Amino acid sequence: MAAEVQQARWKKVLWYVVLIALAFVVLFPVYMTIVRAISTPVDYFNAGQPPWPVSIQANPWSTAFEKGNLGPKLGVSVAMTLIIVVFQVATSILAAYAFAFLRFPLKRVLFALFIATLMLPIEVTLIPNLQTIRSLSWLNSIQGLTVPFLASAFGVFLIRQGFLGIPRDLRDAAQLDGFGHLAFIRRVAVPVTRPVIAAFTVLSFITAWNQYTWPRAAVTDERWQTLQVGLKSLTGATIEQSNIGVAGALIAALPLVLILLIFQRHVVRGLTAGAVKG
Amino acid sequence: MTVVDPPVEAATLEDADPAPVTGKGHRRREALTAYAFLAPCLVVFAVFFFYAFGNLVWLSLRRQNNLGTASIWQPSQLWDVLKSELFTGALRTTLAFLLFTIPLGLVLGTLLAVAAHRRLKGIRIFQTIFSSTVASSTAVASVIFLVLINPSVGYFSNVSFFSLADPATALRGVALSSIWQNLGLTFIIVLAGLQAVPDELNEAATLDGFGPMRRFFKVTIPLISPTLLFLVVILAIFGMQAYAQVDILTSGGPNEATQTLVWRIFANRQAADIGKGAALSVGLFGVTLLITLVQFTLLERRVHYGR
Repeated sequence: MAAEVQQARWKKVLWYVVLIALAFVVLFPVYMTIVRAISTPVDYFNAGQPPWPVSIQANPWSTAFEKGNLGPKLGVSVAMTLIIVVFQVATSILAAYAFAFLRFPLKRVLFALFIATLMLPIEVTLIPNLQTIRSLSWLNSIQGLTVPFLASAFGVFLIRQGFLGIPRDLRDAAQLDGFGHLAFIRRVAVPVTRPVIAAFTVLSFITAWNQYTWPRAAVTDERWQTLQVGLKSLTGATIEQSNIGVAGALIAALPLVLILLIFQRHVVRGLTAGAVKG
Repeated sequence: MTVVDPPVEAATLEDADPAPVTGKGHRRREALTAYAFLAPCLVVFAVFFFYAFGNLVWLSLRRQNNLGTASIWQPSQLWDVLKSELFTGALRTTLAFLLFTIPLGLVLGTLLAVAAHRRLKGIRIFQTIFSSTVASSTAVASVIFLVLINPSVGYFSNVSFFSLADPATALRGVALSSIWQNLGLTFIIVLAGLQAVPDELNEAATLDGFGPMRRFFKVTIPLISPTLLFLVVILAIFGMQAYAQVDILTSGGPNEATQTLVWRIFANRQAADIGKGAALSVGLFGVTLLITLVQFTLLERRVHYGR
Protein backbone atom coordinates (compact mmCIF):
# COMPACT_ATOMS: atom_id res chain seq x y z
CA MET A 1 0.00 0.00 0.00
CA ALA A 2 2.72 2.43 1.01
CA ALA A 3 4.65 1.48 -2.09
CA GLU A 4 1.65 2.37 -4.21
CA VAL A 5 1.29 5.80 -2.62
CA GLN A 6 4.97 6.33 -3.12
CA GLN A 7 4.65 5.35 -6.76
CA ALA A 8 1.71 7.71 -7.29
CA ARG A 9 3.72 10.54 -5.81
CA TRP A 10 6.67 9.83 -8.08
CA LYS A 11 4.35 9.76 -11.05
CA LYS A 12 3.04 13.18 -10.08
CA VAL A 13 6.52 14.60 -9.80
CA LEU A 14 7.40 13.10 -13.16
CA TRP A 15 4.41 14.77 -14.80
CA TYR A 16 5.38 18.13 -13.30
CA VAL A 17 8.87 17.70 -14.75
CA VAL A 18 7.38 16.93 -18.17
CA LEU A 19 4.96 19.86 -17.95
CA ILE A 20 7.69 22.31 -16.94
CA ALA A 21 9.96 21.07 -19.73
CA LEU A 22 7.16 21.54 -22.27
CA ALA A 23 6.32 24.99 -20.90
CA PHE A 24 9.98 25.90 -21.31
CA VAL A 25 9.96 24.83 -24.96
CA VAL A 26 6.76 26.80 -25.68
CA LEU A 27 7.91 29.95 -23.91
CA PHE A 28 11.60 29.97 -24.86
CA PRO A 29 11.08 31.90 -28.13
CA VAL A 30 9.07 34.54 -26.27
CA TYR A 31 11.67 34.77 -23.53
CA MET A 32 14.48 35.30 -26.03
CA THR A 33 12.39 37.96 -27.77
CA ILE A 34 11.91 39.83 -24.52
CA VAL A 35 15.63 39.53 -23.76
CA ARG A 36 16.45 41.05 -27.14
CA ALA A 37 13.83 43.77 -26.80
CA ILE A 38 15.04 45.07 -23.44
CA SER A 39 18.78 44.77 -24.07
CA THR A 40 20.87 47.57 -25.55
CA PRO A 41 21.55 46.08 -29.01
CA VAL A 42 25.28 46.80 -29.48
CA ASP A 43 26.17 45.71 -25.94
CA TYR A 44 24.08 42.58 -26.37
CA PHE A 45 25.92 41.55 -29.52
CA ASN A 46 29.30 42.41 -28.03
CA ALA A 47 28.45 40.11 -25.14
CA GLY A 48 27.92 37.30 -27.64
CA GLN A 49 24.09 37.11 -27.53
CA PRO A 50 23.71 35.46 -24.13
CA PRO A 51 20.33 34.02 -23.07
CA TRP A 52 19.89 36.87 -20.58
CA PRO A 53 19.51 40.63 -21.05
CA VAL A 54 22.57 42.88 -21.34
CA SER A 55 22.53 46.58 -20.26
CA ILE A 56 18.79 46.76 -19.89
CA GLN A 57 17.30 49.91 -21.43
CA ALA A 58 15.23 52.21 -19.29
CA ASN A 59 12.25 52.10 -21.61
CA PRO A 60 12.71 50.05 -24.78
CA TRP A 61 9.11 50.43 -25.80
CA SER A 62 9.09 54.20 -26.08
CA THR A 63 12.24 54.03 -28.25
CA ALA A 64 10.57 51.46 -30.46
CA PHE A 65 7.48 53.60 -30.65
CA GLU A 66 9.44 56.62 -31.82
CA LYS A 67 12.01 55.03 -34.09
CA GLY A 68 9.56 52.60 -35.62
CA ASN A 69 6.81 55.22 -35.87
CA LEU A 70 4.47 52.70 -34.27
CA GLY A 71 1.81 55.17 -33.05
CA PRO A 72 0.06 55.70 -36.40
CA LYS A 73 0.33 52.00 -37.24
CA LEU A 74 -1.29 51.12 -33.95
CA GLY A 75 -4.06 53.62 -34.76
CA VAL A 76 -4.76 52.05 -38.16
CA SER A 77 -4.78 48.55 -36.64
CA VAL A 78 -7.17 49.53 -33.87
CA ALA A 79 -9.56 51.35 -36.21
CA MET A 80 -9.55 48.53 -38.76
CA THR A 81 -10.11 45.86 -36.13
CA LEU A 82 -12.94 47.66 -34.33
CA ILE A 83 -14.81 48.39 -37.55
CA ILE A 84 -14.50 44.80 -38.77
CA VAL A 85 -15.57 43.31 -35.42
CA VAL A 86 -18.59 45.58 -34.92
CA PHE A 87 -19.86 45.01 -38.45
CA GLN A 88 -19.16 41.28 -38.52
CA VAL A 89 -21.04 40.72 -35.28
CA ALA A 90 -23.98 42.89 -36.36
CA THR A 91 -24.34 41.50 -39.89
CA SER A 92 -23.91 37.94 -38.63
CA ILE A 93 -26.62 38.33 -35.98
CA LEU A 94 -29.10 39.68 -38.52
CA ALA A 95 -28.40 36.97 -41.09
CA ALA A 96 -28.36 34.25 -38.44
CA TYR A 97 -31.78 35.39 -37.22
CA ALA A 98 -33.19 35.21 -40.75
CA PHE A 99 -31.81 31.70 -41.29
CA ALA A 100 -32.89 30.47 -37.86
CA PHE A 101 -36.39 31.92 -37.49
CA LEU A 102 -37.80 33.31 -40.73
CA ARG A 103 -39.31 31.56 -43.72
CA PHE A 104 -38.59 32.95 -47.15
CA PRO A 105 -38.13 31.75 -50.73
CA LEU A 106 -34.65 30.63 -51.82
CA LYS A 107 -33.57 29.94 -48.23
CA ARG A 108 -31.67 26.79 -49.21
CA VAL A 109 -29.97 28.47 -52.15
CA LEU A 110 -28.86 31.44 -50.08
CA PHE A 111 -27.63 29.19 -47.31
CA ALA A 112 -25.56 27.23 -49.84
CA LEU A 113 -24.14 30.50 -51.19
CA PHE A 114 -23.10 31.49 -47.67
CA ILE A 115 -21.36 28.12 -47.27
CA ALA A 116 -19.60 28.65 -50.58
CA THR A 117 -17.88 31.82 -49.34
CA LEU A 118 -15.91 29.67 -46.91
CA MET A 119 -14.15 28.14 -49.88
CA LEU A 120 -12.90 31.56 -50.97
CA PRO A 121 -10.27 32.86 -48.54
CA ILE A 122 -8.81 36.27 -49.30
CA GLU A 123 -5.64 34.62 -50.62
CA VAL A 124 -7.62 33.15 -53.51
CA THR A 125 -9.50 36.35 -54.33
CA LEU A 126 -6.60 38.69 -53.58
CA ILE A 127 -6.04 39.74 -57.19
CA PRO A 128 -9.63 40.48 -58.25
CA ASN A 129 -10.39 42.17 -54.92
CA LEU A 130 -7.35 44.38 -55.32
CA GLN A 131 -8.70 45.33 -58.71
CA THR A 132 -12.08 46.16 -57.20
CA ILE A 133 -10.53 48.25 -54.42
CA ARG A 134 -8.33 50.04 -56.91
CA SER A 135 -11.24 50.89 -59.18
CA LEU A 136 -13.15 52.28 -56.18
CA SER A 137 -10.06 54.37 -55.31
CA TRP A 138 -9.94 52.59 -51.96
CA LEU A 139 -6.25 51.70 -51.95
CA ASN A 140 -4.72 53.25 -48.83
CA SER A 141 -8.03 53.86 -47.07
CA ILE A 142 -9.93 52.50 -44.12
CA GLN A 143 -12.68 51.31 -46.51
CA GLY A 144 -10.15 49.30 -48.47
CA LEU A 145 -8.89 47.67 -45.28
CA THR A 146 -12.30 46.83 -43.85
CA VAL A 147 -15.16 46.57 -46.36
CA PRO A 148 -14.21 43.14 -47.80
CA PHE A 149 -14.47 41.75 -44.25
CA LEU A 150 -17.69 43.29 -42.98
CA ALA A 151 -19.54 39.97 -43.21
CA SER A 152 -18.51 36.50 -42.04
CA ALA A 153 -20.24 33.29 -43.06
CA PHE A 154 -18.57 31.55 -40.12
CA GLY A 155 -20.19 34.05 -37.76
CA VAL A 156 -23.58 33.49 -39.37
CA PHE A 157 -23.33 29.71 -38.87
CA LEU A 158 -22.05 29.91 -35.34
CA ILE A 159 -24.72 32.36 -34.19
CA ARG A 160 -27.50 30.61 -36.13
CA GLN A 161 -26.55 27.43 -34.28
CA GLY A 162 -26.94 29.34 -31.01
CA PHE A 163 -30.30 30.80 -32.05
CA LEU A 164 -31.67 27.36 -32.96
CA GLY A 165 -31.12 26.35 -29.35
CA ILE A 166 -33.54 28.98 -28.05
CA PRO A 167 -36.55 27.17 -26.55
CA ARG A 168 -39.81 27.57 -28.40
CA ASP A 169 -41.58 28.70 -25.22
CA LEU A 170 -39.36 31.73 -25.06
CA ARG A 171 -40.24 32.67 -28.62
CA ASP A 172 -43.94 32.14 -28.09
CA ALA A 173 -43.87 34.26 -24.96
CA ALA A 174 -42.03 37.03 -26.78
CA GLN A 175 -44.54 36.83 -29.61
CA LEU A 176 -47.41 37.15 -27.15
CA ASP A 177 -45.71 40.18 -25.65
CA GLY A 178 -45.84 41.71 -29.11
CA PHE A 179 -42.08 41.78 -29.70
CA GLY A 180 -41.09 42.65 -33.24
CA HIS A 181 -38.10 41.00 -34.90
CA LEU A 182 -35.57 43.58 -33.78
CA ALA A 183 -36.93 43.70 -30.23
CA PHE A 184 -36.77 39.91 -30.06
CA ILE A 185 -33.17 39.95 -31.27
CA ARG A 186 -32.13 42.66 -28.84
CA ARG A 187 -34.01 41.58 -25.75
CA VAL A 188 -34.16 37.80 -26.07
CA ALA A 189 -32.05 36.16 -28.78
CA VAL A 190 -28.79 38.02 -28.18
CA PRO A 191 -28.84 37.92 -24.36
CA VAL A 192 -29.72 34.23 -24.35
CA THR A 193 -26.92 33.28 -26.78
CA ARG A 194 -24.34 35.60 -25.27
CA PRO A 195 -21.62 32.92 -24.87
CA VAL A 196 -21.76 32.07 -28.57
CA ILE A 197 -21.76 35.70 -29.63
CA ALA A 198 -18.91 36.48 -27.25
CA ALA A 199 -16.92 33.57 -28.67
CA PHE A 200 -17.44 34.84 -32.20
CA THR A 201 -16.60 38.43 -31.20
CA VAL A 202 -13.31 37.35 -29.68
CA LEU A 203 -12.47 35.19 -32.68
CA SER A 204 -13.37 37.97 -35.08
CA PHE A 205 -11.13 40.37 -33.13
CA ILE A 206 -8.18 37.98 -33.21
CA THR A 207 -8.57 37.33 -36.93
CA ALA A 208 -8.92 41.00 -37.86
CA TRP A 209 -6.07 42.16 -35.65
CA ASN A 210 -3.72 39.46 -36.99
CA GLN A 211 -4.45 40.02 -40.69
CA TYR A 212 -1.38 40.33 -42.85
CA THR A 213 -1.79 39.41 -46.53
CA TRP A 214 -4.66 41.75 -47.40
CA PRO A 215 -3.43 44.86 -45.51
CA ARG A 216 -0.01 44.28 -47.04
CA ALA A 217 -1.55 44.29 -50.54
CA ALA A 218 -4.23 46.97 -50.12
CA VAL A 219 -1.86 49.54 -48.61
CA THR A 220 1.04 51.07 -50.52
CA ASP A 221 1.34 54.27 -48.49
CA GLU A 222 3.17 53.84 -45.18
CA ARG A 223 0.66 56.07 -43.41
CA TRP A 224 -2.01 53.39 -43.81
CA GLN A 225 0.19 50.49 -42.73
CA THR A 226 -1.13 48.27 -39.96
CA LEU A 227 1.05 47.22 -37.06
CA GLN A 228 1.39 43.63 -38.30
CA VAL A 229 2.53 44.71 -41.76
CA GLY A 230 4.79 47.38 -40.27
CA LEU A 231 6.72 44.69 -38.41
CA LYS A 232 8.40 43.60 -41.63
CA SER A 233 10.01 46.95 -42.33
CA LEU A 234 11.15 47.18 -38.69
CA THR A 235 13.01 43.88 -38.76
CA GLY A 236 15.34 44.56 -41.66
CA ALA A 237 17.24 47.21 -39.75
CA THR A 238 20.85 47.28 -38.55
CA ILE A 239 22.21 45.80 -35.33
CA GLU A 240 21.78 49.15 -33.58
CA GLN A 241 18.07 48.99 -34.32
CA SER A 242 17.59 45.24 -34.12
CA ASN A 243 15.51 45.58 -30.98
CA ILE A 244 12.87 47.84 -32.56
CA GLY A 245 11.06 45.20 -34.61
CA VAL A 246 11.20 42.87 -31.66
CA ALA A 247 9.67 45.42 -29.32
CA GLY A 248 7.08 46.15 -32.01
CA ALA A 249 6.16 42.46 -32.17
CA LEU A 250 5.60 42.38 -28.42
CA ILE A 251 3.37 45.45 -28.67
CA ALA A 252 1.43 43.80 -31.53
CA ALA A 253 0.91 40.67 -29.43
CA LEU A 254 -0.06 42.46 -26.22
CA PRO A 255 -3.79 43.05 -26.94
CA LEU A 256 -4.23 39.41 -27.79
CA VAL A 257 -2.38 38.22 -24.71
CA LEU A 258 -4.77 40.30 -22.62
CA ILE A 259 -7.81 39.00 -24.49
CA LEU A 260 -6.61 35.45 -24.10
CA LEU A 261 -6.12 35.88 -20.36
CA ILE A 262 -9.45 37.64 -19.79
CA PHE A 263 -11.68 35.76 -22.24
CA GLN A 264 -9.93 32.39 -22.24
CA ARG A 265 -13.20 30.49 -22.05
CA HIS A 266 -14.67 32.32 -25.05
CA VAL A 267 -11.50 31.90 -27.08
CA VAL A 268 -11.54 28.17 -26.44
CA ARG A 269 -15.22 27.94 -27.29
CA GLY A 270 -14.71 29.86 -30.53
CA LEU A 271 -11.68 27.89 -31.62
CA THR A 272 -13.16 24.51 -30.85
CA ALA A 273 -16.51 25.25 -32.52
CA GLY A 274 -16.87 22.66 -35.21
CA ALA A 275 -13.95 20.57 -34.05
CA VAL A 276 -15.54 18.65 -31.23
CA LYS A 277 -19.13 17.61 -31.14
CA GLY A 278 -21.06 17.26 -27.93
CA MET B 1 -6.25 32.21 -38.47
CA THR B 2 -8.59 32.93 -41.27
CA VAL B 3 -10.78 30.08 -42.29
CA VAL B 4 -12.20 27.84 -39.64
CA ASP B 5 -14.36 25.24 -41.26
CA PRO B 6 -17.71 25.06 -39.56
CA PRO B 7 -19.43 21.77 -39.15
CA VAL B 8 -21.21 21.62 -42.47
CA GLU B 9 -23.75 18.94 -41.90
CA ALA B 10 -26.37 18.47 -44.53
CA ALA B 11 -28.01 21.64 -43.33
CA THR B 12 -31.51 21.06 -42.16
CA LEU B 13 -33.09 24.42 -42.64
CA GLU B 14 -36.54 23.30 -41.67
CA ASP B 15 -35.57 22.74 -38.05
CA ALA B 16 -36.70 26.22 -37.15
CA ASP B 17 -40.27 25.65 -36.18
CA PRO B 18 -42.86 27.17 -38.47
CA ALA B 19 -44.66 30.16 -37.10
CA PRO B 20 -48.45 29.98 -37.15
CA VAL B 21 -49.64 30.60 -40.68
CA THR B 22 -51.59 33.82 -40.88
CA GLY B 23 -52.32 34.73 -44.45
CA LYS B 24 -50.36 35.77 -47.47
CA GLY B 25 -49.54 39.33 -46.43
CA HIS B 26 -47.88 38.07 -43.29
CA ARG B 27 -45.80 35.62 -45.32
CA ARG B 28 -44.62 38.34 -47.64
CA ARG B 29 -43.69 40.65 -44.84
CA GLU B 30 -41.70 37.87 -43.20
CA ALA B 31 -39.82 37.21 -46.44
CA LEU B 32 -39.06 40.90 -46.90
CA THR B 33 -37.75 41.12 -43.35
CA ALA B 34 -35.54 38.11 -44.01
CA TYR B 35 -34.07 39.63 -47.16
CA ALA B 36 -33.49 42.92 -45.38
CA PHE B 37 -31.61 41.07 -42.62
CA LEU B 38 -29.55 39.14 -45.13
CA ALA B 39 -28.82 42.16 -47.31
CA PRO B 40 -25.65 43.45 -45.59
CA CYS B 41 -23.99 40.02 -45.77
CA LEU B 42 -25.21 39.46 -49.30
CA VAL B 43 -23.79 42.75 -50.58
CA VAL B 44 -20.34 41.99 -49.15
CA PHE B 45 -20.42 38.38 -50.38
CA ALA B 46 -21.69 39.40 -53.82
CA VAL B 47 -18.91 41.91 -54.44
CA PHE B 48 -15.91 40.45 -52.61
CA PHE B 49 -16.58 36.74 -53.02
CA PHE B 50 -18.81 35.93 -56.00
CA TYR B 51 -18.02 38.78 -58.34
CA ALA B 52 -14.39 38.42 -57.26
CA PHE B 53 -14.37 34.72 -58.09
CA GLY B 54 -16.00 35.26 -61.49
CA ASN B 55 -13.54 38.05 -62.20
CA LEU B 56 -10.69 35.79 -61.11
CA VAL B 57 -11.62 33.09 -63.61
CA TRP B 58 -12.16 35.73 -66.31
CA LEU B 59 -8.74 37.25 -65.63
CA SER B 60 -7.06 33.86 -65.68
CA LEU B 61 -8.34 33.27 -69.20
CA ARG B 62 -7.04 36.55 -70.61
CA ARG B 63 -3.48 37.44 -71.43
CA GLN B 64 -2.08 40.86 -70.62
CA ASN B 65 0.29 42.79 -72.83
CA ASN B 66 3.64 43.68 -71.29
CA LEU B 67 2.43 46.95 -69.85
CA GLY B 68 -0.78 45.55 -68.45
CA THR B 69 -2.78 48.11 -70.41
CA ALA B 70 -4.70 45.66 -72.58
CA SER B 71 -5.59 42.00 -72.64
CA ILE B 72 -6.79 39.44 -75.13
CA TRP B 73 -8.97 36.36 -74.75
CA GLN B 74 -6.58 33.43 -74.42
CA PRO B 75 -8.03 30.61 -72.34
CA SER B 76 -4.95 28.45 -72.90
CA GLN B 77 -3.13 30.74 -70.46
CA LEU B 78 -4.76 29.04 -67.47
CA TRP B 79 -3.51 25.59 -68.44
CA ASP B 80 -0.14 26.97 -69.54
CA VAL B 81 0.43 28.54 -66.13
CA LEU B 82 -0.82 25.52 -64.20
CA LYS B 83 1.65 23.21 -65.92
CA SER B 84 4.53 25.69 -65.83
CA GLU B 85 7.23 25.80 -63.20
CA LEU B 86 5.63 28.97 -61.86
CA PHE B 87 2.75 26.93 -60.47
CA THR B 88 4.22 23.44 -60.02
CA GLY B 89 7.34 24.77 -58.30
CA ALA B 90 5.28 26.86 -55.90
CA LEU B 91 2.95 23.93 -55.28
CA ARG B 92 5.91 21.68 -54.51
CA THR B 93 7.27 24.23 -52.04
CA THR B 94 3.84 24.64 -50.43
CA LEU B 95 3.28 20.88 -50.13
CA ALA B 96 6.76 20.44 -48.62
CA PHE B 97 5.79 23.16 -46.16
CA LEU B 98 2.64 21.19 -45.26
CA LEU B 99 4.72 18.03 -44.81
CA PHE B 100 6.92 19.84 -42.30
CA THR B 101 4.20 21.67 -40.42
CA ILE B 102 1.28 19.24 -40.17
CA PRO B 103 2.82 16.02 -38.74
CA LEU B 104 5.21 17.76 -36.39
CA GLY B 105 2.62 20.34 -35.29
CA LEU B 106 0.04 17.66 -34.66
CA VAL B 107 2.38 15.42 -32.66
CA LEU B 108 3.66 18.31 -30.54
CA GLY B 109 0.16 19.70 -29.97
CA THR B 110 -1.13 16.26 -28.96
CA LEU B 111 1.85 15.80 -26.64
CA LEU B 112 1.03 19.10 -24.92
CA ALA B 113 -2.65 18.18 -24.66
CA VAL B 114 -1.98 14.72 -23.22
CA ALA B 115 0.45 16.16 -20.69
CA ALA B 116 -2.01 18.87 -19.61
CA HIS B 117 -5.07 16.62 -19.54
CA ARG B 118 -4.88 15.44 -15.95
CA ARG B 119 -5.87 16.45 -12.46
CA LEU B 120 -2.89 18.16 -10.91
CA LYS B 121 -2.55 21.26 -8.81
CA GLY B 122 -1.78 24.27 -11.01
CA ILE B 123 -2.66 22.48 -14.24
CA ARG B 124 -4.60 25.56 -15.39
CA ILE B 125 -1.37 27.53 -15.46
CA PHE B 126 0.21 25.00 -17.79
CA GLN B 127 -2.91 24.94 -19.94
CA THR B 128 -2.74 28.73 -20.27
CA ILE B 129 0.95 28.60 -21.17
CA PHE B 130 0.40 25.87 -23.75
CA SER B 131 -2.43 27.78 -25.43
CA SER B 132 -0.53 31.08 -25.28
CA THR B 133 0.84 30.99 -28.83
CA VAL B 134 -2.73 31.63 -30.00
CA ALA B 135 -2.00 35.25 -29.10
CA SER B 136 0.72 35.39 -31.70
CA SER B 137 -0.11 36.40 -35.26
CA THR B 138 1.88 34.93 -38.12
CA ALA B 139 3.77 38.22 -38.38
CA VAL B 140 4.57 38.28 -34.67
CA ALA B 141 5.66 34.63 -34.71
CA SER B 142 7.90 35.38 -37.68
CA VAL B 143 9.58 38.28 -35.90
CA ILE B 144 10.04 36.12 -32.80
CA PHE B 145 11.67 33.42 -34.89
CA LEU B 146 13.82 35.97 -36.61
CA VAL B 147 15.33 36.55 -33.17
CA LEU B 148 16.15 32.85 -32.99
CA ILE B 149 17.14 31.91 -36.53
CA ASN B 150 18.07 35.09 -38.40
CA PRO B 151 21.12 34.01 -40.46
CA SER B 152 23.29 36.91 -39.29
CA VAL B 153 22.05 37.87 -35.83
CA GLY B 154 19.85 34.96 -34.72
CA TYR B 155 20.46 33.09 -31.48
CA PHE B 156 20.60 29.77 -33.33
CA SER B 157 22.08 31.22 -36.52
CA ASN B 158 24.78 28.55 -36.65
CA VAL B 159 22.37 25.60 -36.55
CA SER B 160 22.47 24.41 -40.14
CA PHE B 161 19.42 22.14 -39.96
CA PHE B 162 16.99 25.07 -40.29
CA SER B 163 19.30 27.78 -41.61
CA LEU B 164 17.42 30.48 -43.50
CA ALA B 165 20.53 31.22 -45.55
CA ASP B 166 20.66 27.83 -47.28
CA PRO B 167 18.10 27.06 -50.04
CA ALA B 168 18.07 23.42 -48.94
CA THR B 169 16.96 24.19 -45.38
CA ALA B 170 15.28 27.61 -45.40
CA LEU B 171 11.78 26.16 -45.68
CA ARG B 172 12.37 24.22 -42.45
CA GLY B 173 13.12 27.45 -40.66
CA VAL B 174 9.92 29.02 -41.98
CA ALA B 175 7.98 25.88 -41.03
CA LEU B 176 9.41 25.99 -37.51
CA SER B 177 7.90 29.41 -36.86
CA SER B 178 4.50 28.25 -38.17
CA ILE B 179 4.58 25.08 -36.08
CA TRP B 180 5.24 27.14 -32.97
CA GLN B 181 2.54 29.66 -33.88
CA ASN B 182 -0.13 26.98 -34.40
CA LEU B 183 0.86 24.99 -31.33
CA GLY B 184 -1.61 26.87 -29.13
CA LEU B 185 -4.53 26.25 -31.47
CA THR B 186 -3.62 22.58 -31.89
CA PHE B 187 -3.29 22.18 -28.14
CA ILE B 188 -6.66 23.81 -27.42
CA ILE B 189 -8.51 21.69 -29.96
CA VAL B 190 -6.89 18.36 -29.01
CA LEU B 191 -7.44 19.08 -25.31
CA ALA B 192 -11.13 19.75 -25.98
CA GLY B 193 -11.23 16.44 -27.84
CA LEU B 194 -9.62 14.61 -24.94
CA GLN B 195 -12.00 16.19 -22.46
CA ALA B 196 -14.94 14.92 -24.51
CA VAL B 197 -13.77 11.30 -24.10
CA PRO B 198 -15.86 9.77 -21.30
CA ASP B 199 -13.82 8.71 -18.27
CA GLU B 200 -15.71 5.39 -18.09
CA LEU B 201 -14.15 4.26 -21.36
CA ASN B 202 -10.63 4.66 -20.02
CA GLU B 203 -11.63 3.02 -16.76
CA ALA B 204 -13.17 0.09 -18.59
CA ALA B 205 -10.03 -0.27 -20.69
CA THR B 206 -7.92 -0.23 -17.53
CA LEU B 207 -10.08 -2.97 -16.01
CA ASP B 208 -9.56 -4.97 -19.19
CA GLY B 209 -5.84 -4.80 -18.43
CA PHE B 210 -4.90 -2.12 -20.99
CA GLY B 211 -1.67 -0.32 -20.05
CA PRO B 212 -1.41 3.45 -20.49
CA MET B 213 0.26 3.18 -23.92
CA ARG B 214 -2.23 0.69 -25.25
CA ARG B 215 -5.09 2.72 -23.78
CA PHE B 216 -3.79 5.82 -25.56
CA PHE B 217 -3.38 4.21 -28.97
CA LYS B 218 -6.37 1.82 -28.87
CA VAL B 219 -8.96 3.95 -27.07
CA THR B 220 -8.05 7.62 -26.97
CA ILE B 221 -6.61 8.13 -30.46
CA PRO B 222 -9.50 6.41 -32.28
CA LEU B 223 -12.00 8.42 -30.24
CA ILE B 224 -10.37 11.77 -30.98
CA SER B 225 -9.57 10.88 -34.60
CA PRO B 226 -12.31 13.18 -35.98
CA THR B 227 -10.72 16.03 -34.01
CA LEU B 228 -7.29 15.15 -35.36
CA LEU B 229 -8.64 14.97 -38.90
CA PHE B 230 -10.26 18.37 -38.46
CA LEU B 231 -6.89 19.71 -37.35
CA VAL B 232 -5.10 18.18 -40.32
CA VAL B 233 -7.51 20.02 -42.61
CA ILE B 234 -7.23 23.31 -40.70
CA LEU B 235 -3.44 23.13 -40.65
CA ALA B 236 -3.41 22.19 -44.34
CA ILE B 237 -5.57 25.19 -45.20
CA PHE B 238 -3.38 27.49 -43.08
CA GLY B 239 -0.32 26.06 -44.79
CA MET B 240 -1.80 26.57 -48.25
CA GLN B 241 -2.29 30.23 -47.35
CA ALA B 242 1.22 30.74 -45.98
CA TYR B 243 2.50 34.17 -46.91
CA ALA B 244 3.41 36.42 -43.96
CA GLN B 245 6.03 34.03 -42.56
CA VAL B 246 7.74 33.82 -45.95
CA ASP B 247 7.51 37.56 -46.52
CA ILE B 248 9.08 38.38 -43.15
CA LEU B 249 11.57 35.54 -42.69
CA THR B 250 12.99 35.02 -46.19
CA SER B 251 11.21 37.23 -48.75
CA GLY B 252 10.82 34.08 -50.83
CA GLY B 253 14.55 33.34 -50.91
CA PRO B 254 17.20 32.19 -50.82
CA ASN B 255 17.20 31.33 -54.50
CA GLU B 256 13.36 31.08 -54.64
CA ALA B 257 13.46 28.17 -52.17
CA THR B 258 10.59 29.45 -50.03
CA GLN B 259 8.28 30.86 -52.69
CA THR B 260 4.93 29.41 -51.66
CA LEU B 261 1.83 29.61 -53.84
CA VAL B 262 0.46 32.70 -52.15
CA TRP B 263 3.90 34.29 -52.29
CA ARG B 264 3.87 33.92 -56.09
CA ILE B 265 0.27 35.10 -56.35
CA PHE B 266 1.31 38.17 -54.41
CA ALA B 267 4.34 38.70 -56.65
CA ASN B 268 2.09 38.56 -59.73
CA ARG B 269 -0.59 40.96 -58.53
CA GLN B 270 0.39 43.96 -60.67
CA ALA B 271 -1.39 44.81 -63.91
CA ALA B 272 1.20 43.33 -66.30
CA ASP B 273 1.18 39.90 -64.57
CA ILE B 274 -2.43 39.82 -63.45
CA GLY B 275 -3.38 37.00 -65.83
CA LYS B 276 -0.63 34.76 -64.48
CA GLY B 277 -1.47 35.72 -60.89
CA ALA B 278 -5.14 34.92 -61.49
CA ALA B 279 -4.26 31.53 -62.99
CA LEU B 280 -2.11 30.75 -59.93
CA SER B 281 -5.06 31.73 -57.72
CA VAL B 282 -7.37 29.37 -59.59
CA GLY B 283 -4.79 26.66 -58.94
CA LEU B 284 -4.72 27.51 -55.23
CA PHE B 285 -8.52 27.34 -55.17
CA GLY B 286 -8.46 23.94 -56.87
CA VAL B 287 -5.97 22.45 -54.42
CA THR B 288 -7.85 23.85 -51.41
CA LEU B 289 -11.10 22.43 -52.78
CA LEU B 290 -9.43 19.05 -53.15
CA ILE B 291 -8.29 19.08 -49.53
CA THR B 292 -11.80 19.90 -48.36
CA LEU B 293 -13.33 17.15 -50.50
CA VAL B 294 -10.88 14.63 -49.05
CA GLN B 295 -11.95 15.73 -45.59
CA PHE B 296 -15.63 15.14 -46.39
CA THR B 297 -14.94 11.72 -47.89
CA LEU B 298 -12.94 10.66 -44.85
CA LEU B 299 -15.59 11.92 -42.44
CA GLU B 300 -18.26 10.09 -44.42
CA ARG B 301 -16.35 6.82 -44.20
CA ARG B 302 -15.87 7.22 -40.46
CA VAL B 303 -19.60 7.65 -40.01
CA HIS B 304 -20.20 4.39 -41.87
CA TYR B 305 -17.72 2.56 -39.69
CA GLY B 306 -19.53 3.99 -36.69
CA ARG B 307 -22.68 2.10 -37.65
